[in-house]
Amino acid sequence: MTEPFFQVDGLNTWFFTRQGVIKSVRDISFDLRRGEVLGIVGESGSGKSVTGMSIMGQIDEPGRIVSGSISLDGQELTALTFEEMRRFRGRKIAMVFQNPLMTLNPLMRVRDQMYEAISEHEDVSRRQMHDRCIEVLMAVGIPSPEERLNAYPHEMSGGMRQRVVIATALLLGPDMIIADEPTTALDVTIQAQIIYHIRRQIDERGLGMVWITHDLSTLSELADRIMVMYAGAMMEIGTTEDIIGVPRHPYTRKLLGSVPSRNTPGEKLRQIPGNMPSLLSLGKGCPFASRCERATEICGEPVPATQLSATHHIWCYHPFEE
Amino acid sequence: MNEMIFEAKDLSRSFTVGHRVFGDLANRFMGDRPPTVLRAVDNVSLTLREGETLGVVGESGCGKSTLARMIAGILPVSSGERHFRGEPYDSLLARKRDALKIQMVFQDPLSSLNPRLRVGEIVGEAAVLHGLVPRSRVKEYVIDILARVGLPADSLGRYPHQFSGGQRQRIGIARSLAVKPDMLICDEAVAALDVSVQAQIINLLMDIRRDSGLAMIFISHDLSVIRHLCDRVAVMYLGRVVELAETEQLFASPAHPYTRMLLDGMPKISLERRKFMPIKGEIPSPLSPPSGCHFHPRCPIATENCRRTRPELREIASGQVHACLNVEAI
Repeated sequence: MTEPFFQVDGLNTWFFTRQGVIKSVRDISFDLRRGEVLGIVGESGSGKSVTGMSIMGQIDEPGRIVSGSISLDGQELTALTFEEMRRFRGRKIAMVFQNPLMTLNPLMRVRDQMYEAISEHEDVSRRQMHDRCIEVLMAVGIPSPEERLNAYPHEMSGGMRQRVVIATALLLGPDMIIADEPTTALDVTIQAQIIYHIRRQIDERGLGMVWITHDLSTLSELADRIMVMYAGAMMEIGTTEDIIGVPRHPYTRKLLGSVPSRNTPGEKLRQIPGNMPSLLSLGKGCPFASRCERATEICGEPVPATQLSATHHIWCYHPFEE
Repeated sequence: MNEMIFEAKDLSRSFTVGHRVFGDLANRFMGDRPPTVLRAVDNVSLTLREGETLGVVGESGCGKSTLARMIAGILPVSSGERHFRGEPYDSLLARKRDALKIQMVFQDPLSSLNPRLRVGEIVGEAAVLHGLVPRSRVKEYVIDILARVGLPADSLGRYPHQFSGGQRQRIGIARSLAVKPDMLICDEAVAALDVSVQAQIINLLMDIRRDSGLAMIFISHDLSVIRHLCDRVAVMYLGRVVELAETEQLFASPAHPYTRMLLDGMPKISLERRKFMPIKGEIPSPLSPPSGCHFHPRCPIATENCRRTRPELREIASGQVHACLNVEAI
């Protein structure tokens, strides 16, 4: 296996609001190899999107990265100035969001938006820009790319728009892509098409990808490794086989168990009792303890990482046996 | 078998697209152009029995939400008949209190709950207005209903924005239950929720159904939710029903090629690395659906005939009803 080229170590991203400090991301660490898809799965408020935004250097007031390191090929990203980070984005790391209508400018033709993405970073001729646009549009399976270059975003379907966004992310040949719920808003048949093309691009170009989602089903079919987050903290990380095949954390088990396809039709779903705690009033212990049937007194203490195998780590005092 | 509670025969709904005033002006000066008409729902017939749950599944633009609104009685039909317990909707809807027997739960509770009203008013308003409960006793009445949907009594004085997404959906369900409906239409009621919250709401709906024998029409794009909740399923594509079957039957042996494609595309939790195959084509625009069978441009078994002939629904040996001209040939 190749060495990781991207590392996040002990990341803390907090928001300092009038109501108090919201610790959205607490002590997150992971790495990524070329050609690998790391899935980050969690529910609303788990901190998965804030993790993605932190990597992109897009945390705005009142939030900030309080501590931790993010490095790509040995370069520390948290130390970059705003201008340096702007140069870095797109060229080295690109991001794809859930809603392509918010990413694309409604008043610009696809051609102009894609050209702009290139000319912001490189000095190349229109001919070259054109060829590169056609190349990436075809790579994501867009039929008749010439026509699409002339189109406005509203003239395309949702699936087509998201493909244009992904193609634009590929334009500058980045080392990694962070995708935040990229196929959540799409119909299943369209989702399957897009995932097919993305997986191919990752394999062919040796890209690293962080795929942020709440959808375990898609991840189980796409990701190489999965990280489970809850209320800003890591619960479990391992290969897809580890997490889906032998989940050891009570939260991972509960989450998998509440998916309809894992229940008998017509019977009540195995639901997780209670609600996620407020991020304003977290203790130092396991945030899932209040909803966990295995919790004991010790779960109120800070939870250290336990290594279960070379690939599988867990943050829990009472993990399930295999 | 239970009595029929709802029956729809050849329901259709068209929308004229484009700006009214400018379209009319353009017609006046440039000669008559036929207006662009979108057939959102095209000759759909459905039945629902007491206590039954019927699922309607399909992708964007298939007309499932338009159908839901027509069944709920909040959208007029272009043609076709709707009957509730044998009575045509026209006379039913004229009697406001009886019309309450049909209720709807929407996808986005924030836009379907009045942000300026407290939960107590949102849930109790209709029941008081229609004389289901005297104003003097409405507080206890609402607290009782809130308890049924798993909300604490002190929710009464709070506003919708003070709740989480799952709790807001509970408020929406409580509002429907407060007028003692016999039929509940849920349009993507759990689509916007997290997995664990979604499980809680699905369980709540199942409890309500068990306790009150409510008949339900459950509209969703999510096949796994449909499979879990529904007795029968109708699959829609571009305004038409292409297959209708018992849930088990549909998932075990889908007849229509579109149903097969949907089932294949359904993400499953598994360790088998799926070969994501590029499925042919996009969903065509409902504004200009393909001729004949709407599905033919994406269909693996389409023939020349599918381009010309509109397939009618027909029953096959298993009791499934489908609209495919070639399916026996498989």
